[in-house]
Amino acid sequence: MAKKELQLQAPAAPYVPVKEDFVLLTKRDIHTDTNFASQSYWKGVFTHFFKNRRAVVGLVIITVILLLALFGPLMNGFGYRDIVQYRNEKNKRVVAKGISPQIPAIHRLLTGEEPEGNFADYTFLFGTDDLGRDLWTRTWYGARVSLLIAFVTIIIDMIIGMSYGLISGYFGGAVDQVMQRFVEIANSVPRLVIVSVLAIFMPKGMGLVIVALLLTEWIGMSKIARAEMLKIKEQEYVLASRTLGARNGHIIFKEILPNTIGPIITQVMFSIPTAIFTEAFLSFVGVGIVLPQCSVGTLIEDGFNNITTLPYQILPPIIVLALLMLGFNFIGDGLREALAPKLEDM
Amino acid sequence: MGKYVCKRLGMALLTLLIITFLLFLLVRIMPGNPFPSERMSAEQIANKRAEMGLDDPILTQFIRYMGNVLQGDFGKGTSLYNGAPIRTVLSTAISNSFRIGGVAILLGTLVGLALGITAALNKGRFLDGFCTVFSILGVCVPSYVFLIFLQYTFSFRIPFFPYFFDPTRFAFSSVIPAVSLSLFTMSTIARFTRNEMVEVFDSDYVRLAEAKGMYGRNLVMKHVLRNALIPIVTVLAPLVVDLLTGALVVEKIYGINGIGKLMVDAIAGEGIDYNYVLALGILYSALYIGIMLVVDLLYGVLDPRIRVASKGEEA
Amino acid sequence: MSEAPKTILDIRNLDISFKTNAGIVHAIRGVNIDLCKGETVAIVGESGSGKSVTMKAAMGLLDSNATVNSGEILYTYTDDHGREQTVDLLKMPKKQLRQQINGQRIAMVFQDPMTSLDPTMTIGKQIMEGMFLHKNMSREAAKARAIELLNLVGIPDAEKRFRNYPHQLSGGMRQRVVIAIALSADPDILICDEPTTALDVTIQARILELIMDIQKKMKLSVIYITHDLGVVAKVADYVDVMYAGKIVEVGNVNEIFYEPKHPYTWGLLSAMPDLDTEDDRLYSIPGSPPNLLHEPKGDAFAARNQFALAIDEKADPPLFQVSRTHFAATWLLHPDAPKIEMPRELQDRLERARKEVEKYL
Repeated sequence: MAKKELQLQAPAAPYVPVKEDFVLLTKRDIHTDTNFASQSYWKGVFTHFFKNRRAVVGLVIITVILLLALFGPLMNGFGYRDIVQYRNEKNKRVVAKGISPQIPAIHRLLTGEEPEGNFADYTFLFGTDDLGRDLWTRTWYGARVSLLIAFVTIIIDMIIGMSYGLISGYFGGAVDQVMQRFVEIANSVPRLVIVSVLAIFMPKGMGLVIVALLLTEWIGMSKIARAEMLKIKEQEYVLASRTLGARNGHIIFKEILPNTIGPIITQVMFSIPTAIFTEAFLSFVGVGIVLPQCSVGTLIEDGFNNITTLPYQILPPIIVLALLMLGFNFIGDGLREALAPKLEDM
Repeated sequence: MGKYVCKRLGMALLTLLIITFLLFLLVRIMPGNPFPSERMSAEQIANKRAEMGLDDPILTQFIRYMGNVLQGDFGKGTSLYNGAPIRTVLSTAISNSFRIGGVAILLGTLVGLALGITAALNKGRFLDGFCTVFSILGVCVPSYVFLIFLQYTFSFRIPFFPYFFDPTRFAFSSVIPAVSLSLFTMSTIARFTRNEMVEVFDSDYVRLAEAKGMYGRNLVMKHVLRNALIPIVTVLAPLVVDLLTGALVVEKIYGINGIGKLMVDAIAGEGIDYNYVLALGILYSALYIGIMLVVDLLYGVLDPRIRVASKGEEA
Repeated sequence: MSEAPKTILDIRNLDISFKTNAGIVHAIRGVNIDLCKGETVAIVGESGSGKSVTMKAAMGLLDSNATVNSGEILYTYTDDHGREQTVDLLKMPKKQLRQQINGQRIAMVFQDPMTSLDPTMTIGKQIMEGMFLHKNMSREAAKARAIELLNLVGIPDAEKRFRNYPHQLSGGMRQRVVIAIALSADPDILICDEPTTALDVTIQARILELIMDIQKKMKLSVIYITHDLGVVAKVADYVDVMYAGKIVEVGNVNEIFYEPKHPYTWGLLSAMPDLDTEDDRLYSIPGSPPNLLHEPKGDAFAARNQFALAIDEKADPPLFQVSRTHFAATWLLHPDAPKIEMPRELQDRLERARKEVEKYL
């Protein structure tokens, strides 16, 4: 046997023990684990999410834009299609065409003088367009339309995609084979082609945008739902439920669906900006929202048409679009990280 | 490997055939006059229809159409370009689009890779932050917005580049559209590369390589890069598709006679040109399926887990 | 009498903390470990006790958010000129550590063979890498040596396997490859971080025997990191029991298995499955290890210890010496402490085990 000597320097103990210290501690509860107690799954996800600075920034951006989209158009008296005008002394129409952003209150504050000229005492935060419509109202009205389209289509897509994916994954075998072949083919048709064919059958406008999104966005959802289903259906609790005689519908929608909700919501957060992007794109090209309705896409197009004369006009819709993309992507990233936190490796 | 390629190729062709047939079906069953540009009586139209074989069973029509397509003949436009043969219009458009799009993809991929690698190697430092901000910006703003911005700044305020595309100065006037198209690709690839590399740096096999005594450049070149770059091939396919979509608006705004502008003209004008919709639909689907196929095969070549799998089974 | 073996690796007072989003985690709180030439030391403890971190520190593989607050890891080796050198691995620049120590002098085998091989490189190349780095071998010599190593670790058809990719091998085979990689540059010390945890039980024993066999052939010193006392009993000369970033008991394998003094060691031993126990329930230590984000006051184990004393909640116990090689950090060894023996059942079990072993001697 090898011999070994240890030279250990015991650290200088600051505490000098007294006799009374050496009694057994009794009547303690050592069987309750206090380290991991009372941490529910969703509570963990929430704390993780709110600790993520970017996710919170995303949430704030989206909340502010949602509020402005809801209440922004009401904040001054102009309607989104109203042309701001009045009749002067000679009963001639004076229209607020192409007024760059102005706030009379600040003008007064800085110069101490009353602003002069037509419409000088009107507040146009984003200015007016070439027809004399208030851009603040139009921007938030457009944001409202774009968000509405995105939310409606994505929620419907979520329901379709989720059901499709869950059913395909749950039954497996031939059902899965057939359903996946269909997805493969559907996925091989570029969105552009779908839009162009739709343009033959449908009038241009909001309907076309919504149908185009409905036809394409469900595929991603179904893939995620299917992957989650394949992961979960092998778990014991599902087996237990089946042994107890639960019907397929019950198992799919009551037992498994709640456990796939996390990844699906994450996917929704990434799909909404795609939908907004697509809407803006289609409206810009001219097959989406038609005048005098407006959306972020038509506003950008308007701004582009007037860019050489009224360059300020294009900025608000672009910034709103970029912030929407940014916000939803941040929230999506935050959710994804919160749902699958990396364990601290010790 | 050969069997795998054949199987994938067969699948792709079959998918394309199915899609083409569906497109054909949808476009042909459309009600309405297929000859809006010519004034004819009802009888004349009926004669013409019979002459063109439009009264034959749809399958016969489809086979005839496919036969022509395989010889490069897509017929004539119904309203666009005064009924010039689609083939002629299309070949110029394809050449324009592919040249600009190719440059954009190349530029986006190369700069994106460089940015992503730099960011990953400087994780947590200034360059990483810069790359992150850049890639977020690039993903959040559509390419046509970049184009509008570049056009306004460098063609209008500072009139250096042409305001509209000028085919006689091809390279010079493709700078603005190519750059704006490449930004989305660039930022996506930068972000993806960075995250992949950071993940690989954290992997057990890099730990083992370090335990072996590898470090610095050697470690990055031999173990990190290859593992991080293989998955990047998979994002290339959706990126090319996004680029095609973006090219629609970019070509329209910048006045480039490419397939994107053609598509916009075919669907967004007053009347819809069915024959162009059909031809472009087939073209876009073929492109899309082709790209997915190439990426799939490329992935198989790069990743030994797929490449050697079949060999392993035989052994 | 043979001369006393030389200490080859000497970890002194190691103290490491990690910066995490939640705060600073004080993961290693003054660890002392030493390893003598040709011997095997096992570091035992639950997950999260800091076993791996300690050894990663010796390899220079700590994550970037780790800070070494104090301590040294002294490594003694004979250099190319036959002189004896002692270096502090913690003070060495990373580059020098990789060039001179990693692989060549200290090598490591990781826990999960499924993830620790580069999936895009043939195993032959991965084995030869170390030789190119440290030995300046020619391609042919390296290849010959790699095939020799593959044979040594018991991989059949080595010539053919040389060109295989990791995914073509089973888990047990991959772990053999990882061992071959570790041996490729003739190290002095082999650190095995739970080398068999991810493997089937039948393969576990074979891998352990393989390592022991190679240890004898190549005169390696081995450090095992494990939570499996079965592995410890099989391979170790000395055992360090680690808990919450500290060594709570250290001794040779007989002392730890037959005369354990620390209540935590008692718990670990009681938790080992045993065919002869009358009790049909499997014992487990109550609770879980403390979260070192909030460093416990006094003895970290007190909260889970059924023999905790009042002082355990006030002060951390020092290491009390039991024999020349046996130390334990528990206040129960203080002269003023009440005489508390290990639980009856455990005593019986250990007695049975001892008799069992004597039968075969």
